[in-house]
Amino acid sequence: MTTKLFGEPVRRREDARLIIGKGRYLDDIGHNALAAAFVRSPHAHARITAIDTDGALDVEGLVAIYTYEDLHGPMAEPLPVLIPHPQLHHPRTGYPLANGIVNHVGEPIVMVVATDRYIAEDAAERILVSYEELPVVVGVDAAREAANWVHEDVPTNVAAHHHQETGDVEAALAGSTRTMSFTQYIERSACTPMEGKGVHARWDADDSSLRVYTSTQASTSVRAAIAAKLELSLDKVEVIAPDVGGGFGVKIVHPWPEELLIPLAAIALGAEVKWTEDRREHFISSAHERQQRQEITVGYDDDGRISALDVHIWHDNGAYTPYGIIVPIVTATQLVGPYVIPTYRVRVESVYTNTVIVTPYRGAGRPQGCYAMERTMDRIADELDLDRAVVRERNLIQADQFPYDHHLTFQDGRPVIYDSGDYVGLMDKLKVLVGWPEASRLRDEAAARGKLLGVGMAMYVEGTGPGPYEGGHVQVLGSGKVLVSTGLTSQGQGHETAFAQIVASELGVPIEDIEVTTGDTRRFGYAVGTFASRAAVMSGNAIALAARGVKEKALRIAADVLEVDPGDLEIDEGLVQVKGTPGASIPLRTVAVLSNPLRYAFDEAAKQATQFAGPADDSKPPVAVGDAPGLEHVDYYSPIRSTFASGAHAAIVEIDPATWEIEIVKYAVVHDCGNVVNPMIVEGQVHGGVAQGVGGALYERMAYDSDGQLQNASFMDFLMPYASEIPDVVIDHQETPSPLNPLGIKGAGEAGVIPGTAAIASAIEDAVGRRISSMPISPTELYDLMRNDDSELTAAHARRSGTGAMA
Amino acid sequence: MSTDTERTITLTVNGVPREATVPVRRLLSDALRHDLGLTGTHVGCEHGVCGACTVLVDGDPVRSCLMLAVQVHGHEVTTVEGLAHSDHQGGQVLHPVQEAFRECHALQCGFCTPGFLMTIAAGLEARDNSAELTEEEVDDMVGGNLCRCTGYANIKKAVHHAAEAMK
Repeated sequence: MTTKLFGEPVRRREDARLIIGKGRYLDDIGHNALAAAFVRSPHAHARITAIDTDGALDVEGLVAIYTYEDLHGPMAEPLPVLIPHPQLHHPRTGYPLANGIVNHVGEPIVMVVATDRYIAEDAAERILVSYEELPVVVGVDAAREAANWVHEDVPTNVAAHHHQETGDVEAALAGSTRTMSFTQYIERSACTPMEGKGVHARWDADDSSLRVYTSTQASTSVRAAIAAKLELSLDKVEVIAPDVGGGFGVKIVHPWPEELLIPLAAIALGAEVKWTEDRREHFISSAHERQQRQEITVGYDDDGRISALDVHIWHDNGAYTPYGIIVPIVTATQLVGPYVIPTYRVRVESVYTNTVIVTPYRGAGRPQGCYAMERTMDRIADELDLDRAVVRERNLIQADQFPYDHHLTFQDGRPVIYDSGDYVGLMDKLKVLVGWPEASRLRDEAAARGKLLGVGMAMYVEGTGPGPYEGGHVQVLGSGKVLVSTGLTSQGQGHETAFAQIVASELGVPIEDIEVTTGDTRRFGYAVGTFASRAAVMSGNAIALAARGVKEKALRIAADVLEVDPGDLEIDEGLVQVKGTPGASIPLRTVAVLSNPLRYAFDEAAKQATQFAGPADDSKPPVAVGDAPGLEHVDYYSPIRSTFASGAHAAIVEIDPATWEIEIVKYAVVHDCGNVVNPMIVEGQVHGGVAQGVGGALYERMAYDSDGQLQNASFMDFLMPYASEIPDVVIDHQETPSPLNPLGIKGAGEAGVIPGTAAIASAIEDAVGRRISSMPISPTELYDLMRNDDSELTAAHARRSGTGAMA
Repeated sequence: MSTDTERTITLTVNGVPREATVPVRRLLSDALRHDLGLTGTHVGCEHGVCGACTVLVDGDPVRSCLMLAVQVHGHEVTTVEGLAHSDHQGGQVLHPVQEAFRECHALQCGFCTPGFLMTIAAGLEARDNSAELTEEEVDDMVGGNLCRCTGYANIKKAVHHAAEAMK
């Protein structure tokens, strides 16, 4: 069947417009809109003592100036705590415009609206804000020491204590043959999509309705937030995510202040208003992630089998907690990875700092968890003089142990029960792919060239596709077009293609006839959003169920017309036909026409459905009880719990002891996301994730100084990798279908980034023989580590004579 | 905006003579996008690092966020909208680089794509395409633009693919 496209590397349908410059991103909308610019705090922590706008008033083209004093009702209240949690005992959020206090550089204080952005910025720079500076807390250690407080009513800086345990860890550690304790750090990075945030709002005064375009990952919830905050009826608010130039998590947070303020101004001014975030604004006023201090104690036996694991994490959540404690929960629960951990305890202190908020960035806490677990494995192997792969293998959950219950509670409030997987299979494939047994020979060869070579590996399990639900709508038109919509949004994942493949396969229609719309509340009002590698799992399955509903109805109607049993019919290439009887068929588009009994023939096709068009059973109503006109169906997929994808990465690094430059000479990925809708797209997701993993391991960090100033808030200074920094990636696939959903798929979006930091740290440590306990690591930091007589040597280094360390 | 801070410029954009009256401080990127309505050119950083705004001025790739609109008075500008050409029937014929990007899945969100397309198209057109394309040449062509989605592997693949088509 030519329409069976599920699993094929179908070329992307969205590319047709994107490669000719016809994409429509936020700033491509509304050329005549008024433009907004913001006065943002230059201080990390200060009391605002005065705002003087006089200097801006004579700027020609100025339209309006807003401060906190101009906000009323719900807009004058703090922004929502999006994901409340009982352990988040001191949640704090900012205001749309600062209310007396600023808690990080970049916090919005004044909004200026003018005839264009240049003029709005002219006016903004003439506004004088006076401050009384307050003590600043930067970095997880300063927050932990709590010499100063970010929020005066949170005296420990601790927003949340998160705690989970699967048994008496202290007894288990006391009973362990061996124990080891260590502390390690991981730094901040950020999503940095190529397109920043942006909002365009248009108020229709005649209709009392608002249309908002926003570069978001969650249009339905932005809509609800705008309606609530601006006290509008939900049915008078439309929110549309246009083409979005990358998200990676930062655009799941909402409502951003600008998502409320731009509509507020549009309504007040009766005009189109737009704000497009610039790059510096994105660095200092969007979101970051990743910084943690990890204190780890592990109990294990002489074979390297873990008996107990006790982890205490200090997690930097920045100035506010709008996204709750999702990131620390994900770290806490995904840390255990593919391993059997007989007794596990994790405690997380989520702490405030005077820095940009911390919310999910691709991986969303998983890279940190993976870093904790995998570096623990490396240390056990080092201590016992065992192969790092062997230690991992001895602790892996075996194929016959699924479903595997970790007795933890995941970020969706559901149990961490791994649905399926083959972790031994991953490891076997990885060792072959990277050439693990060759490591020693490669090291010797590199040494002969004066280079230090090391190999490292890391494994992960990723909870994907969390609920609560997504929906899909599939409608066949009389023209034969098939309209598909789902509420969640797209930021480059190829949803228009993947979802069309699913419908083509399920419904038996040519993909050319299918049009997919995502993230438009006019088309689908119920949705959660695009995050946690959930779009294919959630909307993919919902759309498949909707397509099955359409198919069932189509066969029922066609069976009536063809006077056969629905079970004898099939749909192929848009034609409903009797199986094995060529010629006995009816086009699906005709079925669509017939599905809607008509009085008026507005076009040729419609004539077939009018009341005098043919014989009818006048003992029945034209639309049967319980039926509905039209060939369409809406369905929802709501999972019992998340599905768990998995993978294993390995890196080979070569280090030049003259410059301490670190080059990744090979990067291997084995990846299992269950059944694959489009392998080309999945591989693209892996490539992109790995690049972000490499960036996070070697280049990217948010360099705050002790005053809370971000020193590298530009692409000039924040080292996002170019092509020259990204190694070639070799990939092998494994497909362990999920038993939890109809299509058997697991998410793939975040996987590539998760083990990068852990695997690369492992490889560098292997190369240089010194303990790597803080990531990312630059050549300068590696040089300092090598020059420092106090830096810890690995046991492997001591065993391995003559290689690895500087004299 | 007073008249002494504005200029009327004439230029050729994608082969078509255009005129615009712009403030002298207007960036070329903003003039193309907002005054001439060519929104295919994207702005990713406004400090010349990411390359998303790359257009051709007299055939050479430039970062339109680092140039003022008044500087292109009398010059010829090509944007991503001008990369394809029309065939005799009025249909659209994509540039080999555009075809290659689609074929090789060299774009995801598509925001950086116009900059890469312009840079690579200029790079390939400037070389003798009967000669085998080297990895060094590919690295040179893609090495100055940022992409956050693809990890660059498929972009490099697309350069080879396009070069093959242009042989």
